[in-house]
Amino acid sequence: MIGTMAQAAPYVGYVYPNETDIPWSVLIVIYPYITGLVAGAFIVSSLYHVFGMERFRTVARFALLTAVSFMFFVPVPLLFHLGKPQRAFNAVLTPHWTSAMSAFSYVAGFYICLLLLEIWFAFRADIVSLSKTKGGLLGRAYRILTLGSDDVSGNALAIDHKFAFALAVIGIPAAGGLHGYVGFLFGSLKSREWWSSDLMPIIFLLSAVVSGIGLLVVLYVAYSKFRKAALDDACLQGLAKTMWAFLTVVLLIEGLELLEMFYKQLEGIEMVQRLIEGPIRYGMFLQWGLSLMVLATLSYLILTHARGRILATGMFAAGIGMMLGVLAMRWNVVIGGQELSKTMKGLLIYYPEILGHEGLLAVLFIFLCPFIVLWLVTRFLPPWEPEAGKEVSS
Amino acid sequence: MESDTSEAKKAEPGSALRRNFLRAIGAGVACAGVWMNDPLRAATPAEEAAPPDIPGYDWRKHKWAFGVDATRCIGCLRCVEACKAENGVTQDAHHFRTWVERYVYLEGDEHARVDSQSDPGNIAASGSQQAFRFDNRYASAPVEKAFFVPKLCNHCTHPACVQVCPTGATYQTPDGVVLIDHSYCIGCQYCVQACPYGAREFNHAMGVTDKCTWCYHRITKGLQPACVEVCPVEARVFGDRNDPDSPISRFIRNNRVSVLKPQTGNAPNVFYAGIDKEVS
Ligand code: SF4
Ligand code: SF4
Repeated sequence: MIGTMAQAAPYVGYVYPNETDIPWSVLIVIYPYITGLVAGAFIVSSLYHVFGMERFRTVARFALLTAVSFMFFVPVPLLFHLGKPQRAFNAVLTPHWTSAMSAFSYVAGFYICLLLLEIWFAFRADIVSLSKTKGGLLGRAYRILTLGSDDVSGNALAIDHKFAFALAVIGIPAAGGLHGYVGFLFGSLKSREWWSSDLMPIIFLLSAVVSGIGLLVVLYVAYSKFRKAALDDACLQGLAKTMWAFLTVVLLIEGLELLEMFYKQLEGIEMVQRLIEGPIRYGMFLQWGLSLMVLATLSYLILTHARGRILATGMFAAGIGMMLGVLAMRWNVVIGGQELSKTMKGLLIYYPEILGHEGLLAVLFIFLCPFIVLWLVTRFLPPWEPEAGKEVSS
Repeated sequence: MESDTSEAKKAEPGSALRRNFLRAIGAGVACAGVWMNDPLRAATPAEEAAPPDIPGYDWRKHKWAFGVDATRCIGCLRCVEACKAENGVTQDAHHFRTWVERYVYLEGDEHARVDSQSDPGNIAASGSQQAFRFDNRYASAPVEKAFFVPKLCNHCTHPACVQVCPTGATYQTPDGVVLIDHSYCIGCQYCVQACPYGAREFNHAMGVTDKCTWCYHRITKGLQPACVEVCPVEARVFGDRNDPDSPISRFIRNNRVSVLKPQTGNAPNVFYAGIDKEVS
């Protein structure tokens, strides 16, 4: 498919001729989406590591592994999208600093290093013991990973903990920066009415956290079922409350932004309205419908102090709902922004390809990869502490 | 297409500099310095860059600008075809370095009806995506007012495209032209998004972004851009603002000119006479 244009976008009204070749495909929808999942998962681990919220201990290490597994794949959709992927390093070697995009590799690289370091400290004691019990190739891998230090005395572990704490403290602004940055990529463009908003970074960040918690909940519940391990109700309740809080704020901000836009009635507002009622109507319906449903579900779970099966089922559903809702939100922003013509006199309609390097199948493949990597990583570094769940819920 | 690229390389001076890693790092740091001093005016002309190797041409001595007299344009689209031929632009109805818009008010209309040569009706009339013409759809309609507006890259003084380019592949020259180094562009299309005027298009065959250069390979040899050359009614005007007697200096002096979307702060260098509020 390289070298040919996917398909000229149909349009109504007047659009600039060049706009019928939509620049950013569905690949750029999942780029901020995956980044957001990383940020969200990381925040949960920080709630334990930095804010000492003991109830999140059960999932804290799993959250770190989730974050890093997804983080590895953040650059992939970008690379698939480039017209000249073999030149991607140009942006690293000669970054043009006035461009937000030029910072990408540095921000992402820094964040991956931070995650890997934090994981190392969080798992060091396990790595040391595994290096002593496992033989063969695996044992050697663990031995290499100890980096030559097998001191697991109380003193050494206390030092580990200090480092992990410091890294987590740095990690919070880094995770926030990583995703706020993605919002800035869009919000800073004055050319597009639907993107050019000062609130974009905040909205991206908060919705990222919500979707990341959603992912974590889904994985935690599914994984526990698979392991036949009991779910930690206190942890799930904590996740419900955190998700509720972030979701409430993001809905408020998004709602207020729309309200202001329609209240001000600036030139071109008719087209914005037609965009919402037209090309992105299903996306908007999903984004808002699912968000409100999840909010209702979470409120119910929190108010009734739900436990056990109800809590698990409710949270699983809320997690899925939030993942889909935020995916729809990313679509509405990335695709919707391009469907609203820069002329403000017309609308385009984007149809994703199925095959091809920018097609839906490619996107599905890219999105499945982190799950597979996460599966492998959790086999290599089991994040579950068998006794932790009981300790906390008792 | 290939010969076009190599010619562009010769004419577009950034490539040699940019391929030099260390010097480019230096430029990056310098840019960062400029950016911190004046974040809104991020794009700086490549003053410090080595001048292009064009005999008899000094890019510090010119300030190019473009004029469009919409009262003259007859919508013949010879400019669009000449541009495509001259610059190897993708031969279809979705990629243009320059295009022409038609604005028509029928009796009682509040807003203009707008289309361009890419409109399916016009493509049907020309019978191909390689030759262009406006159809006759208003032949028997009660037209109250109608005019054509040629469009092209505005070679903005503060180009949003240059600001967002992550590699520096697109840059501004001291003579006021915004160019793309096709040998350095990674094809991210961030610049396509950032241009408020829809002036940039993606060349899928080359994997890089493309746009109007005011025919830099011609103007640096003392020729006119291809579209200006072929326009039969002098609706397109080009010249050096440093020369008070150039066609563009006279055009700006003798007309009440405006620019497109001034609110973007891009400060375009394509000046329009004879357009109305509907044009953006
Ligand atoms: S019109 Fe668009 S492409 Fe041309 S210089 Fe201005 S911002 Fe850049
Ligand atoms: S497509 Fe090329 S010129 Fe445009 S921003 Fe990306 S690297 Fe720069």
